Amino acid sequence: MIDLVLQAFQSLFDPSNFMFLVLGVLLGLVVGVFPGLGGIAGLSLLLPFIYGMDQVAALATLVGLVAVIPTSATFSSILMGIPGSSSSQATVLDGFPLSKKGQASRALSASFISSLFGGLFGAIILTFFVQIARPVILIFGSAELFMLAIFGLSMVGSLSGKSVVKGVLACAFGLLIGSIGAAPATGEFRMIFGINYLYDGLPLVIIALSIFAFPEISELFRKDRAIASDEAEFKTNGWLDGVKDFIKHKWLAIRCAGIGTIVGAIPGMGGSVVDWIAYGHAMQTSKDKDHFGKGDIRGVIAPESANNAKEGGALMPTLLFGIPGSGSMAVFLGGMVLIGIEAGPSMVTTDISLTYSIIWSLAIANVIGAGLSLFLSEPISLLTRIRFSLLAPFMIMVISFAAFQATKDMTDLWMLLVFGLIGTFMKRFGWSRPAFLIGFVLAAQAESYLNMSVQFYSWSMFVRPGVIIIMILTLISLYFSRKGSVDENVELMEKANIGGKSMNRTPQLIFAIAVLVFIVIALIDAYKQSFLGGAFPMIISLLALPFGIGLIYILYKNDPKSASVFDAEQAVDEGTFKSPWYEPMLWIGGLYALSGLIGFVPAIILFFVSFLTFKAKTLWLKTSLLTGGAVLMLTLFGYFLNLKFPEGILF
Amino acid sequence: MNKQQLKQTLLLSLSFLLLYYTVVYVFSEKTDIKNEDGSFVEIGNDYFKNKTIEWIIPFKEGGGGDTWARFNLPYFTKHLSGNPVVVVNNIPGGGSIKGANLFADRVKPDGLMILGTSGTTQMPYLLDDPRVRYDYKKYKPLMSYPTGGVVYCSPSLGINSATDLHKIKDIPLKYASQGPTSLDIVPMFSFDLLGLNVDAVFGFRGRGAGRLAFERGEVLIDYQTSSAYIKNVKPLVAMGDAVPLFSFGALDENGNLVRDPSFPELPHFGEVYEQLGYSLEGLKWDTWFAFMSAGFGGMKLLLTPKETPDEIVSLYREAIMAMKKDEKYKKEKPVALGFYEQSVGEKAEKIFNLATNIKKEEKEYMKNWLREKYDLNI
Repeated sequence: MIDLVLQAFQSLFDPSNFMFLVLGVLLGLVVGVFPGLGGIAGLSLLLPFIYGMDQVAALATLVGLVAVIPTSATFSSILMGIPGSSSSQATVLDGFPLSKKGQASRALSASFISSLFGGLFGAIILTFFVQIARPVILIFGSAELFMLAIFGLSMVGSLSGKSVVKGVLACAFGLLIGSIGAAPATGEFRMIFGINYLYDGLPLVIIALSIFAFPEISELFRKDRAIASDEAEFKTNGWLDGVKDFIKHKWLAIRCAGIGTIVGAIPGMGGSVVDWIAYGHAMQTSKDKDHFGKGDIRGVIAPESANNAKEGGALMPTLLFGIPGSGSMAVFLGGMVLIGIEAGPSMVTTDISLTYSIIWSLAIANVIGAGLSLFLSEPISLLTRIRFSLLAPFMIMVISFAAFQATKDMTDLWMLLVFGLIGTFMKRFGWSRPAFLIGFVLAAQAESYLNMSVQFYSWSMFVRPGVIIIMILTLISLYFSRKGSVDENVELMEKANIGGKSMNRTPQLIFAIAVLVFIVIALIDAYKQSFLGGAFPMIISLLALPFGIGLIYILYKNDPKSASVFDAEQAVDEGTFKSPWYEPMLWIGGLYALSGLIGFVPAIILFFVSFLTFKAKTLWLKTSLLTGGAVLMLTLFGYFLNLKFPEGILF
Repeated sequence: MNKQQLKQTLLLSLSFLLLYYTVVYVFSEKTDIKNEDGSFVEIGNDYFKNKTIEWIIPFKEGGGGDTWARFNLPYFTKHLSGNPVVVVNNIPGGGSIKGANLFADRVKPDGLMILGTSGTTQMPYLLDDPRVRYDYKKYKPLMSYPTGGVVYCSPSLGINSATDLHKIKDIPLKYASQGPTSLDIVPMFSFDLLGLNVDAVFGFRGRGAGRLAFERGEVLIDYQTSSAYIKNVKPLVAMGDAVPLFSFGALDENGNLVRDPSFPELPHFGEVYEQLGYSLEGLKWDTWFAFMSAGFGGMKLLLTPKETPDEIVSLYREAIMAMKKDEKYKKEKPVALGFYEQSVGEKAEKIFNLATNIKKEEKEYMKNWLREKYDLNI
C-alpha cells in the first residue's frame, strides 16, 4: 500500500499536475466566496477546459475545486453571517458574533487552520479506510440511516435555547416545512397550496439564507453601524490568536474531523447536518457553555474541522459505489464520467492508484486553500469596519443572487422574503433558528428512511445492532445536552428581567398563534393524504400541538420569569434601532417587485442608486462608483459562469 | 428626502439604465428567422455564426442527462457550421417537468434553443400528468440516444437464469423504487407481467440508492441501466453476488424488439415472457412495449419545434454526422456515454415516434394497473 501512496504522491507533484491542482484551488476559492454558488458553478466554468486534459491533471483540477469550497465559504459565514455553503451553517452561530466583537480575523484564522487540519486528517483516515470501506458502508441500512437522522435531531437538545417549549416547536415547525412537497413514500403532494414551486419542496439554500442571513442583515440595517460595533475592540494580528485557539482546542478538532469523515462516508446522510452534529458535540463536551452562541471560538473550530473532513469522507460512496455523498460530489461524479473514469468497485482494485491520487489531491488542495485564505484573513476582515449602509446593498444583492441560483425561478426571491420574515420573527421572539433548520434538513431523511425500514424490517429494525448502538449514542447525546443549550438572547433576557419593564406580549402571541395555525393546517393536510403519504406530518403535528397550545397559555398568563416570554424588540436599549422593523422588508420587497417587472439587473441599478442616496447618504461620485461596481460584478459573473438573472415581465 | 437627493437618484438611475440597455442592445443577437412580412429569412451555412445555442437540460448538474449534453457540447460547437457557442442550461425540478415546461413556454423555431429529454420526461407526458405543459406532438427530434437495462437478482433466491423464474413466483419480493411514475414503471410492470410477487418500496433517490439496497440485502431483485450495470453490477456477478436475469432489449432499424447489443448473452424481456407461455401481442404486451420504447428505446431525445426550418435541422444533422466520424469522439464516447449509437434523421424520427406515441387504451391500461396495484390516482 505504501508504494501505491508514494506513487500517487509522485504523480501529484509532477509540476504540470500540481499546477492544475493549484488552478482548481484558486477557482474553488473565488467561486466559494459567493454563497449558494458552490461546486456547480465552478464545474460549469471548468468543464470546457478539462476536456482533452490528462486524466490525473483533470482530476487534480476537479478535486482542487471541490476541496476548498467549504474553506472559502467560511468568509461569508463569519464576516457577514451568511451561510456560505450547506455545511458551514453552524459556523455562523459563533463566527458572526466574533466578527461583531471585532475579532473577525481571529475567527477566520482559527477556522482556516481547522479546515486545513480537517482536510488532512480526513485524507489520512481514508488512506487506511479505503480498503475496507465497501463492507463498512454496507452496514448502514435504511434502519441505521433512520436512527442516524434521529441522532441528528437529538442535537436540537443542545441548540434549542432556554425555552424548551419553543425549541421543540421550532424543530417541529422545521420538520413540517421540510415535508412540504412530494411525499417520499407515495409521491403525493403535501401542503403545496396550489403553488407549483412547492412541488419539489423548499430548497435548503433559500431556507438557510432566509433563516440566518436575512434577520442579521435586517438587524444591522436598522442599527446602521459597522458589523464590528464601535465599542468592540478591533484586534490587529488576530490571526495569531486564531492559531493559538486551534492549538488549545486540538482534541476537539480531532474528534470533529473524525465525526466529519464518518458522517461524510455514509451515503444518504448528506453533508448538511455534519456541521450541526460537530457543533452539538462541542457543546456537549464543554464544561463552560455560557459563551456558545455569543462568540465562542470552539463553535467555529468544531464545524470547520468537520466540514472539510466531510468532503474526504464523501469521496468514499462516490468513488466506490458511484453514489454521490454530497451535492458537490454529484458534480464531481459527473465530471469524472466526462473525463472517462467510471466509479465502481474497481476503484479499490485495478484503479486503486487513481483513488489514492484523488485522496491526496484533496489533502494538498486543503493545505493550499486554507493557507491562501489564512493569508487573506487579516485584510478581508477589515470589511467588518465598513459602515453597514454601504455594505447592505451588496449583501442584499448577494443573498438574492444566491437564492435565485436555487431553482432559477422568481419565486426563489419571494420565498426568501417570506421565510426571511419568519426568520426575523423567530430571532426577535427567541425561537431557536438552529432547531428549525435541523428539523428542516432532516425531515426528508427521517421520513423516507422510516418508511423504508418499516417496509423492509418492520419491528425487527429495533433489534439490529447498528440501530441499538446509534440509539445509545442518541441517549448519551441527549443526556449531555440537559446541562445547557445555546441561546443567542441570554444577555438580552437578563437585561429585560433586571429592568422589570412591563412587556407588550401581543406581537409574540400573534406569531405563536400563526405557527399553531400552520401546525393545524399541516394536520388537516396530512389527514387528506393516504396513510403512507400523511403519517409523518401527522405524527409531527400531533406531537407539536400540545407544545403550541402550552406556549400560547404561557404567553397569555404572563409569567415574567419564564424563558418562553421574550421580545428582543422590547428588551434592547432605546435608540438601538434607527428604523422600524418593517423597513428592511420594504426595501427588499421593493427590489423583488421591481425585478419581477423590469428584470433583476435594472432593478439592482435602481435599488443601489436610491438606497445609497437616501439611506447611506452618499454623493454623486460614491453612489456612481458603488452602483457601477455592483452591476459590473453581477454581469461579469453572469457572463463567465453562464448564470441567468430573473427576467421582468415588462421587458 | 430632499430635492438634491431626489435629483441625484433620478439622474443616476436614468444614466445607468440607459448605459445598461445600450450595452444589452449592442451585444444582443438578432435571432428573428422571419422577415417583417412573415416570410423566412434565408438560412445559409453561416446561420449559427456568432450565435449562442441554449441546450436546456431539465436535470441537475452531474446526472445522466447532464453528462449526455455536456459530452456532446464541444462536438456541436466544433462541427456545427459557423461554430456557435453551445451552453447547457440546467433547469431541474418536478422530475424534469419544470425545465421541459419552460422550454415549451419560451422556445422559438430558430434552432437556438433545444431541449434534451429523458425517459423521466416522457413518463409523466404519457400518463397525462396535469403539470405537463409540453407536447411532443409539437416537436421533432434532432438526435436520439437509447439505453438498455438489465434485471438481476440475488443468488439467495436459488435461481441461475430467467428460465427458472417460475420457481420464485410465490416468494414475496421487494423492489427499491424511485416512485410509481418514474422510469421504474417499466421494471415494475415487467415484474407483474412475469407473474412475480414484487412489491415496490418508494422513496429511493436514484437507481444508485436502489443498487446499494440490493448490496445490503434489503432487496433481492433490482435493475440498472446499461452503463451502471457494466461498471457496478458485473463485478458482483463475477463474485457470485448477483445473477443476471434479462435485459429490456433494444429497438432495431425497423422498431422491432431485439436483444440488447451490449448484452447479447442475455435474453430480452420478450423472450422470457414468451417462454412463460404468453404471446407477444394483445393490450398487455403493447402497453409494455410502448412504455419500454419511451423509457429505454428513445430514452434521450434532443428536440426542436416542428416548425423549425429544414435548413436549420439539416445543419444539425450534418454536424452530428460529422461528429460521429470524429476520431476523438469515437475514442471517448464508449467510455463516457456507453455503446449505443446516437441516431439522426429517419432513424431518430422512427424512435421518436415509438417513444412518444401511445394509444389511448394502452395509457388507460397502465393507469388502471397503477391504480389497482399501488392505489394511485392519476
